[in-house]
Amino acid sequence: MSGFTISRRTMLTGSAMLLATTAMPTLGWAQTPKKGGRLVLAADSEPRNLNPAIVASNGVFFISSKIVETLAEASFDGKDGLAPRLALSWEGAADGLSATFKLRDGVKWHDGKPFTSADVAFSALQIWKPLQNLGRTVFKDLSAVDTPDDLTAVFKFAKPTPFQLIRNALPALSSVVPKHIYEVGKIEDNPANNAPIGTGPFKFGEYKAGQYYRLTKNTDYWGKDEPYLDEIIYQVLPDRTSAAAALEAEEIQLAAFSAVPLADLDRISKVPGLKVITKGYEGLTYQLVVEINHRRKELADVKVRQAIAHAIDKDFVVKTVFLGYAATATGPVPKNDPQFYTADVPTYAFDVAKANALLDEAGYRKGADGNRFSLKLLPAPYFNETKQFGDYLRQALAAVGIDAQLVNNDSAAHIKAVYTDHAFDLAVGPPVFRGDPAISTTILVQSGIPDGVPFSNQGGYKNDALDALITKASETLDTSARTDLYKEFQRQVAADLPLINVAEWSFISVASDKVGNIANNPRWAVSNWADTYLAG
Amino acid sequence: MTRALTLIRRRLVGSIFVLFIVIIGTFLLLEAAPGDAVDAYIVSTGGDAGMIELLRHRWGLDQSELTRLANYLWALLHLDLGQSVTFSRPIREVILERLPTTLILMVSATALSFGLGSALGIYAGARPGSFRDRFLSVASLALYAVPGFWLGLVLIVIFAVDLRWLPIGGIETLASDKTGLDRAADIAIHLILPVSALGFIYLALYLRMMRAGMAEAWRQDFVLAARARGLSRRRIVLAHVARNALLPLVTMLGLQSAQMLGGSVVIESVFAVPGLGRLAQEAVAARDTPLLLGIILTSAVLVILINLLVDIAYAFLDPRVGASEAGA
Repeated sequence: MSGFTISRRTMLTGSAMLLATTAMPTLGWAQTPKKGGRLVLAADSEPRNLNPAIVASNGVFFISSKIVETLAEASFDGKDGLAPRLALSWEGAADGLSATFKLRDGVKWHDGKPFTSADVAFSALQIWKPLQNLGRTVFKDLSAVDTPDDLTAVFKFAKPTPFQLIRNALPALSSVVPKHIYEVGKIEDNPANNAPIGTGPFKFGEYKAGQYYRLTKNTDYWGKDEPYLDEIIYQVLPDRTSAAAALEAEEIQLAAFSAVPLADLDRISKVPGLKVITKGYEGLTYQLVVEINHRRKELADVKVRQAIAHAIDKDFVVKTVFLGYAATATGPVPKNDPQFYTADVPTYAFDVAKANALLDEAGYRKGADGNRFSLKLLPAPYFNETKQFGDYLRQALAAVGIDAQLVNNDSAAHIKAVYTDHAFDLAVGPPVFRGDPAISTTILVQSGIPDGVPFSNQGGYKNDALDALITKASETLDTSARTDLYKEFQRQVAADLPLINVAEWSFISVASDKVGNIANNPRWAVSNWADTYLAG
Repeated sequence: MTRALTLIRRRLVGSIFVLFIVIIGTFLLLEAAPGDAVDAYIVSTGGDAGMIELLRHRWGLDQSELTRLANYLWALLHLDLGQSVTFSRPIREVILERLPTTLILMVSATALSFGLGSALGIYAGARPGSFRDRFLSVASLALYAVPGFWLGLVLIVIFAVDLRWLPIGGIETLASDKTGLDRAADIAIHLILPVSALGFIYLALYLRMMRAGMAEAWRQDFVLAARARGLSRRRIVLAHVARNALLPLVTMLGLQSAQMLGGSVVIESVFAVPGLGRLAQEAVAARDTPLLLGIILTSAVLVILINLLVDIAYAFLDPRVGASEAGA
């Protein structure tokens, strides 16, 4: 594995970067990895289905990515941002109708059977395409997977499919599970979904509900001398304050996925023996977005939406809600994306006077009580930050004469209210950017999506020109032409504001100084940890 | 003995009715909560319309509420608690796995609050109005006013983080492969903090009741009589005053068991104890209706049983009570 590459890309600007540089001294000293040891870390949730081929989500990957591997993993310095895993090379045909993967030789499943192209074909056709939450979209046109030999898998598509999309989808969508385990019985009911069998550096050990997951070393792993750790234990700590306490008490050595709340980071960074790490999540960027219900006549007016954009002080949000651990956003693709991002889009500076003027222009003058109109505002409850931004947004809107009433729900109720019942005017949501706008970003503004689909355009927005652009991009095979179309997509979204992108953030890890090779790829927390080690 | 049996029979008949009401009530309440198990599930996964429809069908959520309630009750008649949608396992298994933990926690915490509470209550009530009486009253009230999670966190910071005498959470050392006595000792050490956090909150109730009961008893004629007979103060306090003040505490014990279950939800979360309370919280968030029904049913049975035990104990402690109920 390559060494730790500090600031190869400037991912998140501002104080997040500052923090990364202060963390450098401890990280920069290369130590020879030590073998052995048990890594104990905090887990805040217990995914029931641990099969990452069916459930491609960070909660599942956090545990399963050590057991079940993908064809390729994200990388800071690899070609196209990828490093080989189960596939050694990949190539798309010029007509977009096929893609060829050369597979790694000598790889064994945890039960000793050899890994072959048949496993890849089975996983792709029987699981990714029909069952996987993200694969159902990306692999919808996959018609067959040919296996000319044990180490070659040729994906065939019914319609031309941009290889750039397939490539970008590999780290999250291409978990390969063993055919010989899954071909018997119903895939959804297979016991291996709760005790996965893979090719990864760690084997599934045991799961004690409410207590821990235990992964043990795969002594037959294909990586030379890997893995270094003997065991990984995920201790279930449901209370967010307890992860910090457990780190301080040296009961755990790592808390990933911001298990330590932002407000505690300043204090905990001063504890000797602990380090705060902001890198290693560049491929898991969350976007703070104001979702808009265009069925409300006021919000259907672009002037009103622009006024709302002007009313939001993005810098203030980054500083106070995220305590600096975020970046301001300009549009639907985050700044840290190396392929698609463009800064060349209409922007909306914080300007209350202008916001007021735009609202006046739109015909919504302030009434006697100082209000122009009232709105229902639903902040998503999944993160502290989305809730806090809801509070901020209410105040920001009050400053321009819009009376926003906060409606707080738990997760299930929020999902239903916004995406099925459309019982909102504004909502605060945290969609995820997954390395390619076609995976889960264009769906946020595209029209014609059935009711009830979460994290999609449920605000009734319909823009024929934008829909046409999205369709064209999805069919464009040439990588640079496709990239340009997505730059145009960003410009159109920023101009018409079907939703308002406010900020972009990712997670923070807190770890003991003893944990080595942390954050050495852009999806580190959900990668295989074959090279992670514990220094003496 | 027959007196106790009559009592048990009466109670059991009434209990079945109570349980039925509890089930219907919980079911309706959960149905009224917006969002179902699929809505809760897709928060972390997303998914298209086809996948969502598939999940609703697999989890039986495409059936009407009435059908689901009828199915649940029918299965329950056969003593089948059903399948948890989030765990994809039989609910009976999931609950039985967690029940012992919660029971140990509750019983230990009750023993602590009842034992220490009544002892301190006797100590305070032996000299009503004295400094120690006032001090204990104020101190215990302060504890009672403290939110459980906060007390838990303070205990963690002091004893687990700063002093490192005790583990910060969990029910036993993770993946330690301990067995027998070693394991029991390990569990006991892990229980010290959560039991203290849960027990100390309710300690005030027993202390105050004991003290009030004793203050009352001091004014009774039989105490005057005992004094007149020249009994030692110690003897009067223990045998006459405290004994008479103890009865209401036993009643409290039964009532308190339900509250203790509620309190354990918070404490189990703070101390990462894998018990029923935490499971209930997770079941609500996941809208896992059958699982929550199973937990509530178990809790209800538990509370009914404890109260039954309390009534039996009461009948033995105070013969007047049992006689009047059994004779009526």
